[in-house]
Amino acid sequence: MTAVLQVRDLRLWYGTARGSVRAVDRVSLEIDAGSVLGLVGESGCGKSTLGRGILGLLPEGARADGEVLYKGRNLVTMSPRELRRLRGPDLGLIFQEPMTRLNPLLRIEDHFRETIEQHDSKLTPKDVRRRSLDTLGRMGIPPTRFRQYPHEFSGGMRQRIMIALALVLRPSLLVADEPTTSLDVIVEAQILRILADLKENFGTALLLITHNLGIVAEACDRVAVMYAGQIAEEGPARDVFADPKHPYTRELLRSTISLDTKALHSIPGAPPNLITPPTGCHFHPRCPDVMRVCPAHDPIETQPDPDRRVLCWLHGPEREIPEGGTAPLEREQIAVAEEA
Amino acid sequence: MSAPDDVLVSVRGLKTYYSIRGSFLDRLVGRTGAAVRAVDDVSLELRKGEVLGLVGESGSGKTTLGRTLLGLVPATEGTVEFEGQDITHISEHDRRLLRRRMQIVFQDPHASLNPAMTVAQAVGHPLEIHGLARGREEVRARVADVLERVGLAPAEQFMDKFPSDLSGGQKQRAVIARAIILNPVLLVADEPVSMLDMSVRAKILELMLALKHDFDLTYLYITHDLATAKFFCDRIAIMYLGRIVEIGPSEAIYEDPKHPYTQALLRAIPEPDPRRTIPRDLPRGEVPDASRPPLGCSFHPRCPKAFEVCGWESRDLKELLERRWAGLDEAGFEAEQAAVGPMEALDVAEAHVRLAAHGGAQGSDLRGLLDKARAADPAEPFWTGVQEIRDANGSLEIDWYDPVEPRLLPADSVEVECHLYDETALAEAAERRQSRIPQ
Amino acid sequence: MAATASVRLQRRTVGMRRALGPIAEARGMARTMLWTGVGVTLVFVLMAIFAPIISPYGFDQYQSGGHRFAQLARPSHAHLFGTTVQSTDVLSRIVWGAQTELEVVGLALAFGLVVGVPLGLIAGYFGGPFDRGTVLFMDAMFAFPPLLLAIVIAFLLGSSVNSGVLVAAIAITITYIPQYFRVVRNHVISVREEPYVEAARALGAKPFTILRRYVFFNVVQNVPVIATLNAADAVLTLTALGFLGYGVQPTQGAEWGYDVSRAVSDAASGIWWTGLFPGIAIVLLVTGLTLLGEGLNETINPVLRRRSIRKVDFGAPSLEPETEILDP
Repeated sequence: MTAVLQVRDLRLWYGTARGSVRAVDRVSLEIDAGSVLGLVGESGCGKSTLGRGILGLLPEGARADGEVLYKGRNLVTMSPRELRRLRGPDLGLIFQEPMTRLNPLLRIEDHFRETIEQHDSKLTPKDVRRRSLDTLGRMGIPPTRFRQYPHEFSGGMRQRIMIALALVLRPSLLVADEPTTSLDVIVEAQILRILADLKENFGTALLLITHNLGIVAEACDRVAVMYAGQIAEEGPARDVFADPKHPYTRELLRSTISLDTKALHSIPGAPPNLITPPTGCHFHPRCPDVMRVCPAHDPIETQPDPDRRVLCWLHGPEREIPEGGTAPLEREQIAVAEEA
Repeated sequence: MSAPDDVLVSVRGLKTYYSIRGSFLDRLVGRTGAAVRAVDDVSLELRKGEVLGLVGESGSGKTTLGRTLLGLVPATEGTVEFEGQDITHISEHDRRLLRRRMQIVFQDPHASLNPAMTVAQAVGHPLEIHGLARGREEVRARVADVLERVGLAPAEQFMDKFPSDLSGGQKQRAVIARAIILNPVLLVADEPVSMLDMSVRAKILELMLALKHDFDLTYLYITHDLATAKFFCDRIAIMYLGRIVEIGPSEAIYEDPKHPYTQALLRAIPEPDPRRTIPRDLPRGEVPDASRPPLGCSFHPRCPKAFEVCGWESRDLKELLERRWAGLDEAGFEAEQAAVGPMEALDVAEAHVRLAAHGGAQGSDLRGLLDKARAADPAEPFWTGVQEIRDANGSLEIDWYDPVEPRLLPADSVEVECHLYDETALAEAAERRQSRIPQ
Repeated sequence: MAATASVRLQRRTVGMRRALGPIAEARGMARTMLWTGVGVTLVFVLMAIFAPIISPYGFDQYQSGGHRFAQLARPSHAHLFGTTVQSTDVLSRIVWGAQTELEVVGLALAFGLVVGVPLGLIAGYFGGPFDRGTVLFMDAMFAFPPLLLAIVIAFLLGSSVNSGVLVAAIAITITYIPQYFRVVRNHVISVREEPYVEAARALGAKPFTILRRYVFFNVVQNVPVIATLNAADAVLTLTALGFLGYGVQPTQGAEWGYDVSRAVSDAASGIWWTGLFPGIAIVLLVTGLTLLGEGLNETINPVLRRRSIRKVDFGAPSLEPETEILDP
């Protein structure tokens, strides 16, 4: 499988008065052509920053370090102009709130024309129309509504339009940042079906960023769990959910309320401050399986199975753990004031 | 512990309509604007000590129902009784007194606290409003007490903080503190955890359960999340477009959902179980415009099990054609659309339409179009509702069966508003099927 | 455990300290503008307060010790800025003029705020016919050219009201009330729909309580900015009135605009000091107030505010572990 995107040791830090916010702190991942990678984590873990950082869309004051290889080319070191040329025909992005991203003054037809003309000016108007209607049709938007304005559509339809706009240029990679968070549950399922079918219909790879574990389990081939700017665990969705290796993944699954929930579980404490995250493993203050080595040394990524990665001292490497490091760590109860 | 049979709140025939101001021209001519039927004839009872869930998507009216109960929104018709007293149209003064006994927790913790007030000021304000505490020190003491109860301990650390210094979960705890400081008997919780992270939701729900137990509270839990509702609620009412479509004990709803909408909701919930995949058989479309609801049963345009009596009309034909055209190639679409003409002709809410043929086409061409559509998908429920199609020279006349209004009727241990469980409706449908002229 | 007095004081002022927080964080252009504006304005404020002490002579004093001052004398040791055609000392008139300016402008602002802000609050919160009526009225006022309106009012009031300061203040304030009204009303309309206001209603708070504690503080953020910018404009209006002979009469106090109008004829004869100094005073005060206002705007307005951004240093040493894992 060819990898469309390879992220290697990426760091995305913001500078603030109190120090640098380590929003993304050495993240590596790969997305194969036509596959769906779910990036899941709670708010503040850095997943949105990662999604945008990959496309080079960072706010003022943020700096990137590391590699983001798109078909072999490093996006981090690319000039802004080259990067802009890639966005659209190669790299697509859809956001959470479709209404705020569509221009209320332009008809849908104009949105499509603008998008296509910017990147592929050789197409005749007839071709532009045909392509637009075709893409919209696959999203279930009827051609009779092509000349309507964004406010005439409901939330779910606007999100479909956004997806169609992103796909009309046939990008190789689509980054979807919480695409269904503001939608109702049935519409959400409809949209997810569209996204999950992208590989069949368009051959597009998808990076799906969300905080909802259910979505990831149902729609993604692989999943990466993010905590405090780092990837805690990564692997095939099926395996990660059936047999989570990282305590955070396990606890997150346990605290997700589903139709089978019999008792409530939660993770004590709150996600850490990304300016001064906890030393060693960032999760150690809240981890039920914490050992003495955890606060002392940064965990090293290991592969408990050939197709999985985990960043946790519970999975070694043994030879790096100093004498006595595997003993459980005594620590005080998390103060109630630290609770979220 | 109170006997669960005591009825705390009783709602009968409640309607809350918002009027939309029509265009200037409409007002000039005297046509009043359409009304959004946010709550459209709802009756239910809330028993003391229970947790009743109001579940629905956006536009279902669940939020408006909660607010109407509290008097934050005026009722258009119907009655609301609280502790045996009719509170539908009481004076503002009386309602303010009532506020001590019924409170609300809102959805967005980031917006429900006044950014200009500290936690102590915000949580203590109800005491000042109702004159229940003398002096600043007493207010602070009671605030400290309730903050500890909701888990914001040590209270001193939170009292003088502003909302922007707190996390989402902490803010929601403060909001809950503010709601319970007056010792209400009824707490309306409007999506209290939907804007919080997964690992925080459980904590807040646990807190709410503990408070229910400690303070003997009754909850009206409004949410779109069936999973938390299942866990949290004793009884559940599923709402769609302002009406209750199914109501009954929690287990019954989840074990054996009767209404097709309830079934769809349950199927659609994303579960963190990798053996599941996204369901393929979801209802199409979205929640319709509440100011112009579909005829008959509001869910019929999306319902996979709709049949003769559900309220078919010309707008359904418009949607059918649009769906068809979304899948056609451009040439086909253009040809067909040219014959049909402007779609506004089908935008009337009636069980009969006269569709003029355009662009040189004849009525028979339109009929041919409908036949093709039907052949492409003969199982489409729409066709069960067609009574007769007649073609005249330049147009096509289509009659659908008259809509039958759905009624909320008992079915096993729940009540459901669906023709599938209404003997009369089923009989009527059978009759129609028998006497249908093949089209 | 009763809190100590200092702790209680801290608690009371926490809101104010927070509101002023952004001022301390201001950086760059905003900071420069703000503090320059403050400095310049402060000079004039001090001038106005300490006028009796600073000014060498009275505002209309044309003699001293029985000895009449020279007419139109050049700037000299005795008269640092020279004298006017009426033998009054230019410098003294500048200093006393500062007092006049600030008195009038202060009064005008006070009236404007006291009338415009509450009207805006009530109209915005309660809506209905009162709102529609006041909006119509205010919009009509907006339609008038402000200076013309001020002149007309000053003219009408000049005969019935004795105090020129009051006349000028009222004339100026009329043109600013609509501004405060409009800004506050629009903000109230958007805040009115916020969940925390609805929450206040759900708690049983009376409308005026809601206005006072929930709405007021959240809508007045823009008012200081508008007030300072209005002050700058008010100075110009006042001096324009004085130039035309309205508002503060020469017998009631020194007024820079009036001095400039007197100095027009002097300029033809090559006498520059009677016009230049009052002119510079006007420009400086107006600029100072404007810088203050714009600086405040850049600082307080969350849309414009640029948080200070520091550079990112990837090479910084990694954090030291807190605990040694090997315990003897």
